Amino acid sequence: MAKKLNMRKRYEVLTRGLGWEPTYQPKEKVFPQETYEGIKIVDWDKWEDPFRLTTDAYWKYQAEKDKKLYAVIDSFAQNNGHLNITDASYINALKIFIQGVSPLEYGAHRGYANLARQFSGEGAQLACQMQSIDELRHSQTQIHTLSHYNKHFTGLHDPFHMHDRVWYLSVPKSYFDDARASGPFEFITSISFAFEYILTNLLFVPFMSGAAHNGDMATVTFGFSAQSDESRHMTLGLEIIKFIVEQHEDNLEIVQGWIDKHFWRAYRVLGLVSAMQDYMLPDSPMSWKEAWDIYFVDNCGALFNDLGRYGLRMPKFHEQATVEAEHLSHQVYTVLYQFSNAAGFQTTVPTKEKMDWLSEKYPNTFDKYYRPRWEMYAQMEKEGKRYFNAGLPQICQVCQVPMCFTEISKGKPMDLSYRVSEFNSDKYHTCSDGCKEIFDHEPEKYTHAWIPPHQIFQGNCGGAEISDVLKYYNFNPEDGGEYHGSADEQMWKSAHGNNDNNSDAKESV
Amino acid sequence: MSKDKLFIILQNTEDARPFTEAFEQENPNAVFKYDQPGMIRIENNGFLGITKEVVSELAGHEVELQELHLVLVSLSGHVDEDDDYFRLSWN
Repeated sequence: MAKKLNMRKRYEVLTRGLGWEPTYQPKEKVFPQETYEGIKIVDWDKWEDPFRLTTDAYWKYQAEKDKKLYAVIDSFAQNNGHLNITDASYINALKIFIQGVSPLEYGAHRGYANLARQFSGEGAQLACQMQSIDELRHSQTQIHTLSHYNKHFTGLHDPFHMHDRVWYLSVPKSYFDDARASGPFEFITSISFAFEYILTNLLFVPFMSGAAHNGDMATVTFGFSAQSDESRHMTLGLEIIKFIVEQHEDNLEIVQGWIDKHFWRAYRVLGLVSAMQDYMLPDSPMSWKEAWDIYFVDNCGALFNDLGRYGLRMPKFHEQATVEAEHLSHQVYTVLYQFSNAAGFQTTVPTKEKMDWLSEKYPNTFDKYYRPRWEMYAQMEKEGKRYFNAGLPQICQVCQVPMCFTEISKGKPMDLSYRVSEFNSDKYHTCSDGCKEIFDHEPEKYTHAWIPPHQIFQGNCGGAEISDVLKYYNFNPEDGGEYHGSADEQMWKSAHGNNDNNSDAKESV
Repeated sequence: MSKDKLFIILQNTEDARPFTEAFEQENPNAVFKYDQPGMIRIENNGFLGITKEVVSELAGHEVELQELHLVLVSLSGHVDEDDDYFRLSWN
């Protein structure tokens, strides 16, 4: 009887020697994207997947993960789990998640499917196939999990349609589109390394922990289920960087340029996460700044300390991102607050307890710069003049975040930051040195950006009135605006028996 | 902060228990943090590792180390894995 092979041998048998040299067509026509970025691969057999998952093990463990998740989803629905969260306002964080993040998972699925086709090494093909299937599983399980909330709350009904059209969703969409419109090596550096390795912990770990803190067991479960795959992706991302840099000395400079670019792109996307974490979770277990210090400063410090022997250094402008950590969520949430009349979620002034928590977590900035602003908004709301911004914001040509960031690294946190580039005698505006440098490196690419306010003004988004645009987004009137008095709040109060109408009804009985 | 700090985060569940305890037993200097809901963060300088023998002993039955995937939340460092051990390190 044949002896069972050990793990190394099983992986080797699966990923080596199954390819062949094409004879009908030249190799560069069979793998047309493999060389044009300038990356030189000498020996694909040096590609190693440290987890050495074989196909049978992969399906076995993925099936087990799904079984666990779907058991939780069922019991969550059977126990009316949506009524056991801390507060209905919490759901607004989930709305941004399913509108902004789940479609990225699907985008990653398509991206890795393309890589599995474009890379000529069999180890890389297998790894990209598995990751492609993982990403599809993530978007599916997120949709399945959150569909229960869709029965009871607004804004969750059409995330993929929204993702392709809505102004704040162009922030995550444009980042992924940028990566997917690049060559295969830039894509994998962007998503597997800059996003998955350097920054994904900041998205999933505090957010899932926040879900646990707010009684949302369904989200915790899909989050952990996806995160176990992410650990595999991160590990692979690190291997890939080492593999590319070790293959040829010419690769180092190209890869470092991509790490710089995609770190900054992905960091700007996470501005939305910072607002969710600090402002949209009724109970936050950890502030954005704390998460940044653990998962970026500590973690990536150790990572690049290790990668230094390959000649790689920390991504450019990382110091700026660290200095901004005390301001980021406050600036981004202010934009969401001002424009939520045109959003698929509701916002509100933070409660007194929340503001005290923010003062404690942001001792250098919150009371000085941001508390007075929230107190002014609270006062306006009290007077029946809830503030919504009636104009359309100017948008950064690269990250597509409205121009809300300030000159923090220059020590002027109250001065708006913007940069201007000229290309073909037109002017283009960016929000920061990081975004300007990305624009200036490839202006031909970013002049094509689909900038939502420009598109609205050009008449490409359903019409000239806000109501026309909201219809184009497939938003219902009750989806956005102020949380107090919203349909979600009404539903919550009536389900918990403290609705005003409800108590009237009881009295009349 | 030490420059070669490593971490692994596991779900705080019964299925993860033999793995968590093996990390405890086999890495005496590791620090265990329970401050985030639902998870256990295990930190050490330079190295973290477990063996199949210890995990199986703690579970009371034979465990395939790849079952770690079912309870893994996040990690850092280079992974070195085989049938009978799982290791994280910075080089």
